[in-house]
Amino acid sequence: MSKTDGNPPLLEIRNLSKYFGAVRALHDFSMEVRAGEVVAVAGDNGAGKTTMIKAVSGVYPPTAGEILLKGQPMHFSSPQDARKKGIETIYQDLALADNLTIGGNIFLGREPMTKAFGFLPVLDRKAMAEAARTTMSRLDFHVSRLNAPVSNFSGGQRQAVAIGRAVYWDAQILIMDEPTAALGVPEQRKVISLIHQLKAQGRGVIFISHNLQDIFAVSDRIIVLRRGILAGERKITETDHDEIVKLMVGGS
Amino acid sequence: MATSHSESEGIAPPADHADTTKTWIAWIAEGRAWLFLIVLILAFEIWSQVSFGVSFAFSTYNIQSIAVFATAPLLLAIGQTFVIISGGIDLSVGFTMGLAAVVAAHATNISGQYLPQPLAVLVGVVSAVVVAGIPGLVNGLLISRLRIPPFIGTLGMYGVARGAAFLLAGGTTVPVSNAFFAALGNGRIFGVPYLVIITILFVLLMHYLLSQTRFGQHNYAIGANEQAARRAGIDIKRHIVWLYILSAMCAGLGGALYAARFTAGAAQAGEPLLLDCIAAVVIGGASLFGGSGSIFGTVAGSLVIAVIQYGLVFVNVEPFWQFIAVGVVIIISVLIDQLQRRFNGARQDE
Repeated sequence: MSKTDGNPPLLEIRNLSKYFGAVRALHDFSMEVRAGEVVAVAGDNGAGKTTMIKAVSGVYPPTAGEILLKGQPMHFSSPQDARKKGIETIYQDLALADNLTIGGNIFLGREPMTKAFGFLPVLDRKAMAEAARTTMSRLDFHVSRLNAPVSNFSGGQRQAVAIGRAVYWDAQILIMDEPTAALGVPEQRKVISLIHQLKAQGRGVIFISHNLQDIFAVSDRIIVLRRGILAGERKITETDHDEIVKLMVGGS
Repeated sequence: MATSHSESEGIAPPADHADTTKTWIAWIAEGRAWLFLIVLILAFEIWSQVSFGVSFAFSTYNIQSIAVFATAPLLLAIGQTFVIISGGIDLSVGFTMGLAAVVAAHATNISGQYLPQPLAVLVGVVSAVVVAGIPGLVNGLLISRLRIPPFIGTLGMYGVARGAAFLLAGGTTVPVSNAFFAALGNGRIFGVPYLVIITILFVLLMHYLLSQTRFGQHNYAIGANEQAARRAGIDIKRHIVWLYILSAMCAGLGGALYAARFTAGAAQAGEPLLLDCIAAVVIGGASLFGGSGSIFGTVAGSLVIAVIQYGLVFVNVEPFWQFIAVGVVIIISVLIDQLQRRFNGARQDE
C-alpha cells in the first residue's frame, strides 16, 4: 500500500467545504491521491460524493478549503480549466458523441488539422485514427474499425474510449463517477481491468461507486462520506464489506 | 504502491466481433435518396414513353428544367441540413428567402442608378445574403442565449420575416430592370444554366464545411450528444449562432438567385419551399433527432422532389398529386430509416 515517499501527493484536498445556502453539502473534507493509487469514494445518495467531484473538477468553486495538484494550490475556473491541468472526469452516462469515430471523440473540441492540396485546411482524420489506435492499444484494447462511429461499439468499449480520451490528453487524475453503472457484468469487469491499467501507468484514480464488489476489486483505499462529512477512511486490505456499509449508513 | 493488482490482465477483446461489411439494409438506408431518384426517373421514363412516345430522361430541356427547378429548394435545404444535423430546425428560411429576394431586387435597382449594371447585380446579391443573416442572427441568439426551442423561435421569425418582406415589397412584387441580373438568372454557358453552376459550387463548399472542418465535426457532435460536446469544451452558444446565420444566408442566396430567375423580388418566393426543403433533408438521410445527414444526401433528396414535381406535370397529371407523391416518399424514407435502426439495434444486442 502507498506510503509517504517525500513527494507531494498527486492530488490533495484540504478542508474542502461546499454550502448551498444553509445546506452543507460537503463540510471540512480532506483526502489525497498518490500516483498509481486508486481511491474509492463511497456513500449513500446525498452523502456529498457528487458535490465533492464537482468541486474538484471545476464545475463550481468550493465555499472553503484548498485543492492542491502536486503540492501546488489550484483554482479551477471551469471543467475545461481543470482538464487542462490534468484532472479528467469520466461520467457514467458515457459522454461521447455516438456518431463520431473513436478518434473523433478523443479529439472532440481540439481536432488536429492538416492541409489538403497544400492549401485547404481539413480535419486530419488520419492522425486522429492513428492516435486512436495507439491510445486504445495502450489500454490493451485493439480495434480495427477506426472509421466506425462509436455507436457500433459496446458499452464497455465506449467507456474505454472515454478513458482513452483522458489517457491521450495525459490526465494525471481521473475522476470516475459510477463508470460501471450503465454496464453489464462482463463489461464491468473490463472497466475494472482498465482501471488497473491506469494505476500501472502511475495515474491517480478517484473511483466513485455504489458497488462494493467493484470497490474492493480495484481500490487501494476507501473513503466513506455520510451527510457531507468524512465518515471514515480505510485501507482496502484492512476492512470488509460490513464495516464499509456500517460507515455508510451510520449507527454502530 | 499497491502491487496486489500488478498482473493486471488486459482486456483481451473479443471486441471486434461486429464485421466491417455493412448489411444490405444499411446500404439501402444510406443510399435511399439516390435509389428513389433512379426509381422515379425510370418510372417517368416508362410512363412518358408509353403514354406519349417521348423520352423523359434523355431530354436536355427536361434535365435543365429539373436542375434549375431544384436550385432554390436545394439552397434552403443545405442550410437546413446543418441545422437538422445539430438537432434543431429552422422554420423561418422560407420567408427569409422571400425577404432576401425583395432586398436583392431593391438593392439592384437602387445601386443601378449610381453604379455600372454588373456591379449593381453584385451589390444586390451581397445585400440579400447579408440582410438574410439578420433573422438568422436573431434566431441563433434566441435559441442559444434565451434557451427558446428552435421550433418556436424560428416559427416566430417566420412571422417576422414574412411581415418584413411584404412591408419592404410594398405588398407587391418588385420588378428589376437590369439586363445582367436577368442574365444571371436565365443565362447559360455550354448549355449549363449559371444558376446550376453557382449552386454546384455552393454545394461543394458546404460539403467541405460539413465534412472537413471543425465546424462540421462539432455540428455532428452537438446533434448526437450536446452535453458531451459541451464537456469537451465546444462553445455551443457560439456554434448555434453561426449555425442559424449560415442557414439564413443559404436562404438569402436562394432568394437572390430566385429574384434573378424571375427578374423580380417577391415576398412569398420561398413560402412553398419550407416543407420541401425539410423533406429534401429527411429524404436525403438525415434524422430529425439530429446527429446524421450529409450534403450529398440532401442534394439527392432535393432532386427526388424536383423530379416528382416536374415529372408529374410532364406526364400531365393533375398538380395536386405532387403533394401526395412527395408525402408518400417522405413516409417511405422515414420507414426505411426506422427499419434500419431496429435492425442495427438488434445486432448490437446480440
